Amino acid sequence: MEQTLAAVRTDLAFDIELQTVLKTFGDEAAVQDLTLQIRPGEFFSILGPSGCGKTTTLRLIAGFETPTAGSVCIQGQDMTQVPPYQRPVNTVFQSYALFRHLNVWENVAFGLKLQKLPREEVRSRVATALEQVKLDGFAKRTPAQLSGGQQQRVALARALVNRPAVLLLDEPLGALDLKLRKEMQLELAHLHRSLGLTFVMVTHDQEEALSLSDRIAVMNQGRLEQMGTPSQIYEEPETAFVADFIGDTNLLRGRVSHSNGSTVQLVTEAGLPVWTDRRSEWNGTLPQKLVVSIRPEKIRVSQLEAAGHDAHNCYAGRLRQVMYLGPNIQFQIELATGEHLTVLQPNRARLPALDTEVQVSWSAGDGRALVA
Amino acid sequence: MIPIPRSWPASLTLILFLFMYFPIAVLGIYSFNTSRYSSMWEGFSLIWYQQLLSDQRIHAALGTSLGVAAIAVAISAVLGTLMAVGLAKYRFPGKGLYRGISYLPLIVPDIAIAVATLVFLSSIGRLYFGIQLSLWTIIAAHIVFCLAYIAVVVSSRLAGIDPHLEEAALDLGATPLQAFTKVLLPELLPGVLAGCLLAFVLSMDDLLISSFTAGNGASTLPMEIYSRVRTGMKPDINALSVVLILTSGILAFVAEYWCNSFGSSD
Repeated sequence: MEQTLAAVRTDLAFDIELQTVLKTFGDEAAVQDLTLQIRPGEFFSILGPSGCGKTTTLRLIAGFETPTAGSVCIQGQDMTQVPPYQRPVNTVFQSYALFRHLNVWENVAFGLKLQKLPREEVRSRVATALEQVKLDGFAKRTPAQLSGGQQQRVALARALVNRPAVLLLDEPLGALDLKLRKEMQLELAHLHRSLGLTFVMVTHDQEEALSLSDRIAVMNQGRLEQMGTPSQIYEEPETAFVADFIGDTNLLRGRVSHSNGSTVQLVTEAGLPVWTDRRSEWNGTLPQKLVVSIRPEKIRVSQLEAAGHDAHNCYAGRLRQVMYLGPNIQFQIELATGEHLTVLQPNRARLPALDTEVQVSWSAGDGRALVA
Repeated sequence: MIPIPRSWPASLTLILFLFMYFPIAVLGIYSFNTSRYSSMWEGFSLIWYQQLLSDQRIHAALGTSLGVAAIAVAISAVLGTLMAVGLAKYRFPGKGLYRGISYLPLIVPDIAIAVATLVFLSSIGRLYFGIQLSLWTIIAAHIVFCLAYIAVVVSSRLAGIDPHLEEAALDLGATPLQAFTKVLLPELLPGVLAGCLLAFVLSMDDLLISSFTAGNGASTLPMEIYSRVRTGMKPDINALSVVLILTSGILAFVAEYWCNSFGSSD
């Protein structure tokens, strides 16, 4: 008994805790070996391509699915077998799932009425929730009379009004057009800050995850690839998948050929030697096969004659494609060894002509070495 | 009077409409005929409608029909809705087969259902269960097809409903029962009502199955009409038919309206 009490206390550091969760559908594992902790007040995103298990993870937290193995704790209490209607979480569904036979007010009041709260309290809390999502004045409308963005706000208010411990958002902005999505992103961030509530959002939109989240969990094929702050995920990816999935990157695969105290050289199959920083965790044994991820914006392009030779990695190449993106310009450069690199440059200098010889360079610290 | 159509699709449409509705129009017109015999027009009168109003046997048959339809539809509404929801929601072995068999009464000819029901009731039903043909056997036979019609209409309504609605209700603290009664059922209600109206009209209209399964003395309206027509057309039957057509038409229209106005609100 004492032990469980102690366990509960340490668990309170987290609002959500998944412990080695496995969820299978038939023979297929939708989620496997998933362990993650979500801190109180955090904006936590689960990011991944479709079919990676992110929505299943959210449904496991909401209680719509029961794990095949492992446990789900919410605010320190084991909720693995607790049905959704007894969990202190509320969900905003991707499709909003508004009740069409009820008006906006009745939709938002739905949860409070089930709790049998006094009429006055229901009225004031619904009013507050509608105000929070800027829908005061829409109480008498039916969902069918609202735009997509407004329906989204009703779904938000309907969840928030119950004052959940954690708000779960399943691709909340997926159905909105770009402009509205940007607007709602700002509002979500604002809501999160003003309510101090824990948000768990599932999304496949990396930009959305990077801009909104305190921490991100990147999932792939049912497994957690990496968990960290947006800058950790972007700057220090742990796997080639994360490097490739978050933002654009150039991946160069090769075998280690040289190494000294702080840098490692690998040679790609085509014979391109690439210098990269040696990771501190490789002080003992160095992996034989590595992948180096270099972000397009970290690579410099220069005309051949003006090339500086201070960088570790400096190669001649031919400009194969130029994409004008407005503030930036994206180049496709084919190196002499045959590799293609994507390079992003601010729109400052004069555009070089197609098929001209250029020089690309980056220093060892610009790339990120990963185990292949 | 009738505008002469110039294009062949319009002519075809007109011919088809005449083909379909001219007999009914004639029937309607003759229901106002003073003459006792349908072949001659002797002037306008409402005498057959008045006679209809005072015809005790018609009243009794109408009462029987309404009673049969009401009970059969009420039972089918509950079972059909549950069937549609269950088929949409749960996965179980043999589900496809089950679904196929459930909707079979829609395509099996009425005569087959009628004969099968009669054979069953008068052999096994009577021998082992002591069932006598009566009003209740008509109701039981009507439930067979009403159930299928209501389940089909509710199913199509269900298909258009957000599958996360029930989860949303559970998420907001509703127990599974509350989620069903407070969310799913209200969302399905237009479909249930439309299915009921359809089944009601079909039950009121049924002659074949009723006459095979009816016990002594139990006579529905279509059975009563048929027995009178066999001994020669009488103008009061014309009047009754007009009333029936109008009533069914209005019910069908209301059912259609319900389906459309609620079904495509998004």
